[in-house]
Amino acid sequence: MLATEWIMGLIGGLMIGAAGAVFLLMNGRVMGASGIIGGLVDGSGAQRWRESIRFVAGLVLVPALLVWTLGPVDTRLTDNLPLIAVAGVLVGIGTRLANGCTSGHGVCGISRMSWRGIVATVVYIMAGGLAVVVARHWLGAI
Amino acid sequence: MMRLLFAVISGGLFGAGLLVSGMVDTARVQGWLDIFGAWDPTLAFVMGGAIIPMAIAWRIAARRSTAVLGGAMPPPSVPEFDRGLILGSVMFGAGWGLVGLCPGPALASALFNGTGGLVFLAAMIGAMVATPALSRALPSLKEPAWTFAR
Repeated sequence: MLATEWIMGLIGGLMIGAAGAVFLLMNGRVMGASGIIGGLVDGSGAQRWRESIRFVAGLVLVPALLVWTLGPVDTRLTDNLPLIAVAGVLVGIGTRLANGCTSGHGVCGISRMSWRGIVATVVYIMAGGLAVVVARHWLGAI
Repeated sequence: MMRLLFAVISGGLFGAGLLVSGMVDTARVQGWLDIFGAWDPTLAFVMGGAIIPMAIAWRIAARRSTAVLGGAMPPPSVPEFDRGLILGSVMFGAGWGLVGLCPGPALASALFNGTGGLVFLAAMIGAMVATPALSRALPSLKEPAWTFAR
C-alpha cells in the first residue's frame, strides 16, 4: 500500500536526519556521502580518514546486517552494466565537481538554508528528471 | 575513540534510514524523478523527514563554537556559484536518473546489490579519484557560473 511506503519514507528520512545531526553536533562534520568517500579516495580528507572510514563502515555494514537478518529487500537495479558504469562515472565526477550529492547538498544544505545546496539540488533533480524522461519515454533505454 | 564511535553510529543510522525509507530501491528513486510515468512521491517524504532533525541540529550548532567531542563546527556556506557546482550537479543528476543510485544508497546497498552495485561503486570511485586532475586541467570550472549585470 502506498501510504505505508510514504510513512516508512518519513521514518527513514527522520533516521537519516538524526544521523546527520549526530555527525554535525558530536563530530562537527557535514554528513555528505560523496564528500566523505571522495575525501577518502582522492586524499583531500586525509586528516579525517579515521572518522570517515568508520562512517563508511557503518553505512555499508549496518544495512547489510539488517538485510541478512531480517530478509532481502528489492533494489531493482538494472542489469545493463555499461549503463551502470556510465552512470557511476557521471555521479563520481559530478558530485566531486559540485562538492556534494543528495545528502550533502540536499539534506544538510537545504536544512541550513545554504543557497549552494538549494541551487545544486534544484539542478540535479531537474537533470535527473530529464535523464529519466529522455531515457525511458523517448529512447526506451531504461 | 568517542569520535570514531559516533562516526560509526552516524554512518550506521544513515544506512539503516536509507534501507527503511526504500531509497536503496532504484525503481522508487527513478519513479520519483519520472514525472511523466507512475509518479512515486516517497522521496519527498524522505527528504522532508531528513531535513527536520537536521534543521534543528544546525540551529543548535549555530549557538556552539565547537562540536561536543571537540573541533570546529563546519564553516558557514558562502553563496558562491562556480561552474563546477552547476556542471557537476547536471552530471550527477543525469547519472542518478539513469540507474537510480546516488553515493549514499550505493554504499548502503554495496553488499546486497549484486555485480551491478559493485560496478557502479567502482566506476564512481574511479571517477572521484580522477576528478582533481580534471579540475586542474579545466581551471575555468572555478569561475563564477554567472555574473549579474550591475
